[in-house]
Amino acid sequence: MSAAGRLRYLFGVHIAGRAALRFERLRSEHKMRSRESWRHRHLERPLDVSPRLKELISRHYLTGRYANGARKVAWVTSGAPIEVLTALNIFPIYPENHGAVCGIRRTAEEYCKHAEAAGYSRDLCSYARTDIGSILSGKTPVGRLPRPDVLICCTNICQTVLYWYQVLAHHFGVPLVIIDTPFLYREAPSHAVAFVKNQIEDSIPVLERIAGRSLSHGRLRDVTRMSRDACELWLRIVESGRMKPSPITAFDQFIHLAPIVEMRGHRYTVDYYASMLRELNTRVGRGMGALKDERKRLLWDNLPIWFRVRWLGDLLAERGVSLVASTYTNAWAELADMIDPERPLDSCASVYLHPILNRGTGHKLETMKRMIDYYEVDGVLLHSDRSCKPYSIGQLPQRESLSSEAGVPALLIEADHNDPRSFSEEQVRNRLDAFLEVLGV
Amino acid sequence: MIEAGALGLDAGSTTVKLVAVDEAGTMVWHRVEETEPDLTSQVEELLESTRKLLHRVDELPLIATGYGRGLVKQAGRKVTEITCHARGAYQWSGGGGTLIDIGGQDTKAMIMDRSGAVTNFVMNDKCAAGTGRFLEVCARRLRLSLDELSSTALSTETEVSISSTCTVFAESEIISLIAGGHPVPEIVRGLHRALLGRVGSLARGAGLRPPVMLSGGVAQSRAVRMLLAEELQCEVKSFSEPQLTGAYGAALLGLA
Repeated sequence: MSAAGRLRYLFGVHIAGRAALRFERLRSEHKMRSRESWRHRHLERPLDVSPRLKELISRHYLTGRYANGARKVAWVTSGAPIEVLTALNIFPIYPENHGAVCGIRRTAEEYCKHAEAAGYSRDLCSYARTDIGSILSGKTPVGRLPRPDVLICCTNICQTVLYWYQVLAHHFGVPLVIIDTPFLYREAPSHAVAFVKNQIEDSIPVLERIAGRSLSHGRLRDVTRMSRDACELWLRIVESGRMKPSPITAFDQFIHLAPIVEMRGHRYTVDYYASMLRELNTRVGRGMGALKDERKRLLWDNLPIWFRVRWLGDLLAERGVSLVASTYTNAWAELADMIDPERPLDSCASVYLHPILNRGTGHKLETMKRMIDYYEVDGVLLHSDRSCKPYSIGQLPQRESLSSEAGVPALLIEADHNDPRSFSEEQVRNRLDAFLEVLGV
Repeated sequence: MIEAGALGLDAGSTTVKLVAVDEAGTMVWHRVEETEPDLTSQVEELLESTRKLLHRVDELPLIATGYGRGLVKQAGRKVTEITCHARGAYQWSGGGGTLIDIGGQDTKAMIMDRSGAVTNFVMNDKCAAGTGRFLEVCARRLRLSLDELSSTALSTETEVSISSTCTVFAESEIISLIAGGHPVPEIVRGLHRALLGRVGSLARGAGLRPPVMLSGGVAQSRAVRMLLAEELQCEVKSFSEPQLTGAYGAALLGLA
């Protein structure tokens, strides 16, 4: 780390950057307040906290932009145990979240093609292709991504990450820490928890060496507490979808999910979600839904179709259909009570073993059935995501089980979370129209 | 001049069907044309031509369905093929069951309850495997009409196993089989078997419930009906004008 780098970081992030982002947020808030009336025919006005979300995400990528030379950087998978990293002040970059940003900003296809031209198969996950294509082309919609000093790959979401991160390690020539999480068919056996805990413990000296400081267990406890607090708040946020009308849709959750993934373990994330929950409670108290006229309620399974979030949201909203819950956003909420700040490493091992993607398809079916009852939904949209095989496997029999056992119809939508070439608008619209007619919309 | 109560227009990927029903729900007139690239003009001309045949055409409710329904600006309502096919089939059959529509671009299996309401449906995935287009492409490659394709398939008891239901790959597989000296009837029967195997899986996936009804232009093929019955191991019924089921259902929805 250099003095010049630190100065650049201090000025770019903490002085000029922070002031500019704050100004931008205040401007957006003023614009929202001064807007005479919200004119969307079907959707209620956005949450007042939305400009703060934009500020948080922008600050995250701005920090990344100036991080090299001032802070150590880790590129991590979405399910990586980052509490140790945060306690060591290592800045995390999530290629999957960056991929989602590229998807929303419609640049992912270009990066995917770049990766394919370099020899990566189109059958490879579109997040991986987006990331690799972005690195090879040097393009990103977020300005600049910092070079990693270390890579953390946790296999609790898929096996693709294992090979993807090996490619990154080879490209950047930096150490790769792998946290292998045995697949769970039921609750985690104690030896599996011990196995993961040992790997996290083994990673600590490596990370300490990179960070140039020792891990403070007090700091780790504080970070873990913040993680738990944020996850608990997120749980209450997603559970507010139970209200009728629901004050939030899964489309809103997809966007407001960013801090719980990228910024766990920070006070500002906890504060942000506390404000968001307060606002949702106020809306519930006023009987205000996310839709002006909620007539039907649906559950979403799998990742979003990032490049069509608004299109799908508008299509459903204009028919009075609210997507009140999703298994995807629920994944960062359902494990909140497992996080124990007094036993940070043990609970960390347990939490990172239990994501929905590291458990059997039977568990996912049970989760969906529970959510169908809890959120009182009329149907389920199953996104068969060409890129995410672990999430999509089993959806055909699950669709039948939801219909025959849970008594709600389910529709399979074939698409991809980031590659628009695997999406046919007419086909999806036609199926959705038919499904909504079956629901009586 | 014919007195009609409503019109139903099914703008499919292969053909455009226009049906008129009277107030009692009986089909009193229909027309089928191949779909043209400029569907908007085609629909305008089609409706114009009905003015000489039907009373008060402009006052009749018009319901559009099919892939091109969004382009039918004259329609008062636009409804998906699922609802329209089910409505038409229910009117003709008087009960529930499984309705299979093998269309030009996609194949659908619908489960209907006793009142004719659709309780579940499944459509084929994005590609044209298992759709009417598959048979159309194969017929063209073999230089047979669609009617000849059916009689050719039924002219033999033996068949060649076709590994691909991909419309594009099947074409090259046919060329290889012909070059390998296999008789055309055996190839044609094998093609039907491959297509209907896929349709059968789709119907079972939807929760197959007898009786099984077949709609869409492909239902006119005797070979398809017979071999689908073998595949599903149950009787497969069809209607006198299966191709018009969607347009007829659309017209009936206009009466409601």
